[in-house]
Amino acid sequence: MNDNNNDDAMMDDEGSIDVVRAVELEINALANTPNRQPALSIKKLDRRSFLKLSGIASGSLVLAAIMPGPGATAEDFGNLVGSVELNAFIKVSSEGKIVIYSSNPEMGQGIKTALPMIIAEEMGARWADVEVLQSDVDESRYGRHGAGGSTTIARTFDQMRTMGASAREMFIGAASLAMELPRDELYAQDSTISHVFSNKSLSFGELAALAVKQSLPDPKTLIFKDKADYTIIGTSVTGVDNLEIVSGLALFGIDVRVPEMQYAAYQKCPAFGGKVVSANLEAIKKLPGITAAFILDGNDNVRELSSGVALVGTSTWAVFNAKKKLDIQWDESTASKDSWTQMVSRAKQIHAQPGTELITESGDVNASFSNPAHQTIDAFYEYPFVAHLCMEPMNCSAHYKAGSNGEKDTLELWIPTQAPTRAYPVVKSMFDLDQEQVKIHQMRLGGSFGRRVYAEYICEVIAISKQVGVPVKLTWSREDDIQHDFYRVGGFQSVKGSVDKNGKIVAFEDHFMGMTYKGGRISGSGFRATEFPILNLKNARASKTMFDIQTPCGPWRAPGANTTAFVIQSFIHELAVKAGRDHLEVLLELMGKPQWFDQGNIRSLNTGRATDVIKLAAHKANWGRPMPKGHGLGLAFHFSHAAHVAEVVEVSVDANKKLKVHNVTVAVDVGPIINMSGATAQVEGAVIDGLSTMMGQKITMENGRVEQSNFHDYQVLRIPNAPAVDIHFIQSDYSPTGLGEPALPPLAPAVGNAIFAAIGERVRKMPLTDEGFTI
Amino acid sequence: MAKYQLNINGEDIDVDVDPQMPLLWVLRDEIGLVGTKFGCGIAQCGACTVHVSGQPIRSCITPASMLAGQPIRTIEGLANGTELHPLQQAWIDVDVPQCGYCQAGQIMSAAALLEQNPSPTDNDIDAAMVGNYCRCGAYNRIRKAIHLASENTTTPFYDASTPNIEQIDGDMKGEQA
Repeated sequence: MNDNNNDDAMMDDEGSIDVVRAVELEINALANTPNRQPALSIKKLDRRSFLKLSGIASGSLVLAAIMPGPGATAEDFGNLVGSVELNAFIKVSSEGKIVIYSSNPEMGQGIKTALPMIIAEEMGARWADVEVLQSDVDESRYGRHGAGGSTTIARTFDQMRTMGASAREMFIGAASLAMELPRDELYAQDSTISHVFSNKSLSFGELAALAVKQSLPDPKTLIFKDKADYTIIGTSVTGVDNLEIVSGLALFGIDVRVPEMQYAAYQKCPAFGGKVVSANLEAIKKLPGITAAFILDGNDNVRELSSGVALVGTSTWAVFNAKKKLDIQWDESTASKDSWTQMVSRAKQIHAQPGTELITESGDVNASFSNPAHQTIDAFYEYPFVAHLCMEPMNCSAHYKAGSNGEKDTLELWIPTQAPTRAYPVVKSMFDLDQEQVKIHQMRLGGSFGRRVYAEYICEVIAISKQVGVPVKLTWSREDDIQHDFYRVGGFQSVKGSVDKNGKIVAFEDHFMGMTYKGGRISGSGFRATEFPILNLKNARASKTMFDIQTPCGPWRAPGANTTAFVIQSFIHELAVKAGRDHLEVLLELMGKPQWFDQGNIRSLNTGRATDVIKLAAHKANWGRPMPKGHGLGLAFHFSHAAHVAEVVEVSVDANKKLKVHNVTVAVDVGPIINMSGATAQVEGAVIDGLSTMMGQKITMENGRVEQSNFHDYQVLRIPNAPAVDIHFIQSDYSPTGLGEPALPPLAPAVGNAIFAAIGERVRKMPLTDEGFTI
Repeated sequence: MAKYQLNINGEDIDVDVDPQMPLLWVLRDEIGLVGTKFGCGIAQCGACTVHVSGQPIRSCITPASMLAGQPIRTIEGLANGTELHPLQQAWIDVDVPQCGYCQAGQIMSAAALLEQNPSPTDNDIDAAMVGNYCRCGAYNRIRKAIHLASENTTTPFYDASTPNIEQIDGDMKGEQA
């Protein structure tokens, strides 16, 4: 069996590949390249690769100066009028200010700070001299725009280093000419080129004009810094937008204001797929502040344009208010009839049988389960659908301008999105506009967590702007946001395992009960043939039964891992308890000797790296210490997104099942850390997100309708319940990879295992509020 | 429609809007002060927090016409000219924001707290900040930044100096020994 059942994948039901999945595939291809060196070795690129990486297709003098032309505006050059450009990502002014462009979406994961840190490091820049600006959307210039799957650092680390190193070499070349000194006696540090054997030096600002006249460095000569010489990478740097954020300056999609702009709301059918038959449009148009109300038929694609009623007006409040007064007749003949209650009862009926489709099988699990010398247990786990709940509700602004006098139509878009260029093909297919007719501004995202990879809120506003002929900002209400999400898919797993007379885990079986959407694959609803501990055991079997649904689902922070970790890492603890053995000892025994799961793939699980983080977390949390009554420690490990993460949680539970999570100790190996502050923030956030979700979040649907609507019935963890988080990194020399997701999955099983240790009650269902717990 | 005057960040501003329109949308759509954020519209998340006569209120449910004549302060008016409020500086020093969307509301709630209680305990902070969601989970840094702004007793960055590889390696060896 191979890994084809891997459902971390994000295939569209149409069969095209989602951007996040595409990035994953690209990274995996990279990781599978034979003889790939660890990223911190000196990496040489051939010229073709370099040109591809630099995103500049033209051949000659690709890094030569592009001076501001007659049409250039201050905006083109940030606030540094007269700056000169060293390459697509870097401009330096004669005053020494360095502008570095960030080309990928920032949604709170910190890449707008981390990626420029990599460039600045290789350049030899002083961080205080750097100003980071969001780039335009232009893949011919910057390479892929997009973020997802915790892959951005992994896929751009070498690109950023190349940009920085080439700029450094151009400064050195300029300094060599200016000071009449040999290149190899010069070095870059603190935004200055200095001479090794004298106190001669020239600043980047002094050299800027000459540096851009240097020819393109031969990429084969580029040598990346040794990590021992790093002065920026690995330090703590505050987010580059923090001053704007704390000052309330406009940054987010929802903050966009365009002259003549009107405001829009869009009402879709509460049951997914329902279509508008009629609506009280005439009455609505008479409401104060409403300038237009009309029906959009949509194209029956929930990722593009669903049928609904559009309201346009002079303020967001006017359209929100009018939306509450809409009276719409829906045709629900083909709409979703999904029922969570029915999914649960169906799963409970079939869980003890094997799945309808085999995922993987090795050895003989049945023989192991029926061996009288073995102890065998089974368990049924359940996890619900959950919503993304980005603090910034879905929104987008568009200005569709019909061409006059034979000119083509144009479209300007301001989008908070994880996948800016994903809008192009949709705009082409739905509105017949070519890429040249579309200008995209990528806005900062007020959270995403996998939510903003689809284009439906973009299609909605384009259709509305096209109809009314003015710029429009579409804002979803929180109710729209919760009831029309692409949810983290719910599901069930029935697991069985046995331990031998020595208490060693010898067999494991998983019947995965997941979902498909109208027959198509759903991100996160799958079980990998390589899932831990399948490959660690001689006897293992996994099978699946899929339920077809019409509720839209999509990637949600650590797809698949965020639920499978809960099942597997809880059940391994169940087996350890059954064997009467220490959980840590059993987990380490399962890992065995250090090896790659997928030999040659440095993005696969490495049992040695796993062992190290498990031991480190246990050590830092003082695993095995005596606990007071009602207190317990729980341990879990999970590998996802090329990251090895272990967590130990301390909880206490009182007689009324009131839970307190006292602290969470986390050990992580994602290779070298770029921004220590950003990295710890991602881990803290993932832990609190994991707890928030496990504690009380659950989306249920009946008759195709989501039953929750706003924060009063769908709760986020609040500050008094935030545990202390103690974070430790093993900065191994493997390629750095992303940290937006992988610290989340181990949290839930670690909490569940800690609850068992505290009070002897096993948690097999999320959220905990369904099991009678409070926080 | 109703004409009335609001005093926002020390400036008198004439508006002519529906008297029921909440302050949030008057600020964002009519006046163009977009620092105050929309999160839920039902006073559950705190993203829209502003001060009215020094008290934190949820602007998403408060009709602006009720506030005529009362001083309103928003995130844009928190700094003293170019000098940041100590909380704004602490937010930067501790690197609090992840996505950053809720932070205007967080800072306004925290500013009201410090005006009442210049040296809050963790419990005081929890009580004052319980109404502000942070979906990214930056709560520990929020707490730390409030302490930093109030007493300057904690070091800025969450984890600036540790861990270092040698220390962890040493610990690991200790573990294995």
